[in-house]
Amino acid sequence: MINKALFKKPNNRLEGEQEAARDAEPTVVCAECKDTLPRAAVAGTDFVCPRCGTPLAMGARERIRWLTDEGSFQETETGHRAVDRLGFPGYAEKLVKAQRDSGEPEGVLTGLAAVDGEPCALFVMEPYFIMGSMGAVVGEKITRLFELATQECLPVIGYTVSGGARIQEGMFSLMQMAKTSGAVLRHSEKGLLYAAVLTHPTTGGVVASFAMEADVILAEPKAQIGFTGPRVIEQTMRQKLPPGFQRSEFMLQKGFIDRIVPRNAQKKELSMLLKLHGRGGRA
Amino acid sequence: MTTAYERVQAARRKGRPTADYYMQRLFTDFLEMHGDRRYGDDPAIVAGVGRLTGRPVTVIALEKGVTTEEKISRNFGSAHPEGYRKALRQMKLAEKFRRPVVCIIDTAGAFCGVGAEERGQGQAIAENLMVMMGLTVPIITVFIGEGYSGGALALGVADRVWMLENAVYSVISPEGAASIVWKDAGKATEACEALHMTAQDLLACGMAERVFSEEDGDFDKVCSALGTALADELVALSALDAETLTVKRYARFRAMGGEET
Repeated sequence: MINKALFKKPNNRLEGEQEAARDAEPTVVCAECKDTLPRAAVAGTDFVCPRCGTPLAMGARERIRWLTDEGSFQETETGHRAVDRLGFPGYAEKLVKAQRDSGEPEGVLTGLAAVDGEPCALFVMEPYFIMGSMGAVVGEKITRLFELATQECLPVIGYTVSGGARIQEGMFSLMQMAKTSGAVLRHSEKGLLYAAVLTHPTTGGVVASFAMEADVILAEPKAQIGFTGPRVIEQTMRQKLPPGFQRSEFMLQKGFIDRIVPRNAQKKELSMLLKLHGRGGRA
Repeated sequence: MTTAYERVQAARRKGRPTADYYMQRLFTDFLEMHGDRRYGDDPAIVAGVGRLTGRPVTVIALEKGVTTEEKISRNFGSAHPEGYRKALRQMKLAEKFRRPVVCIIDTAGAFCGVGAEERGQGQAIAENLMVMMGLTVPIITVFIGEGYSGGALALGVADRVWMLENAVYSVISPEGAASIVWKDAGKATEACEALHMTAQDLLACGMAERVFSEEDGDFDKVCSALGTALADELVALSALDAETLTVKRYARFRAMGGEET
């Protein structure tokens, strides 16, 4: 059983973790205007490009630190490491590089946290780990988080970022779509809230599973959201894509997301949602 | 020893029976039901109700088409969101009328195009996965040729997954994998092996329960074996109550890629 004291526990495991290689980099590049900014200029802010207002890529741990109440995050399922089940050529090296790039062992962080005093289960995908590619560990950790939330009657908040399936894990990757969907369904059947925040980019198998299965789907401005990436569509169809295709604003217009929420309003909106849904079943 | 690449070639071979061939031989009184009641009718998916050895079943199939004209009209078996939503509608009817669902898969994947994206390809597949996980009637999915990506999985969340000897099932087509991983679509042969995508591979890791011999190309014989197996298995699965059925279905997928690390 998880008791309430857990949420008050001062031990925030964000500290003392291995520092990511990117933290040593002095600059960050805006995906939209390609402006190169000193990292110091955005650190401690909402991590938005000062020139064009586009949300900049945020590491999972960085985002958790930014979003959750200080000291509230209690990380779960920290022991999982990718297994090269297929002996896929080059995968072992790719994992080493991803771990170095992100400073994380895998592509998602999960845990229990509080947002503006509201307890929730939280998963945040890691853009610096092969762009949040979904392998078995990502699927397993998210599944376990939903199972824990179901058991503890907690709402789930999930931040997604993903280039899609992790091809190097073959069918083990594809099956995570089914597995996570089963866990989302069981959580939903208990009357609990699941709110997803789609960030740039959220594509492939993640869009075609838990990203689109949330009760409330929020998105960051200008995020690319779609099943097939634009490059593949252009190559396959020899078709030039219209401007803004698959961006959050386009997806909102087409009816596939509920709201576009800028960084500086996310914490407030998420806590409002948690309160409006009676703590997702706990009220 | 047949290589994975040879299996893929066999699965794609011109003249290999498509879904319609099996449907003609497995089911009687089949009535096709069109449309998703939202946008349109997707000819890449054939869905409806028929009988298997006398008992009503819902049948949903990805159909590549046989003649060139038919292949074009069926978009070579690559479905749009309205196809998956048509399938979903039929699955919900199957649940209402307490009849099992048989899915037949043969597809190069969900269609990638502007229209498919605008109409929510990702959302359509996601919804199928979630609804199928909780569907309270038995689902058996049979792979008869190719099956790639979420476009195959969208009809693949089943209690039993069966594959023909030369059927393949993969997270992505070998060409797609080669072009993403090695930036060279020409390395598809290597990708076939690396992806572990044959029926034999999937049987070995528990993602398929049965592999059916292709009887040296005598597909009438294959149909007869499939028909008997389907009839027997549906009787067995129908004996389970809804709770047990869905718990077991979740457990089937829950175990995949999930061992303690």
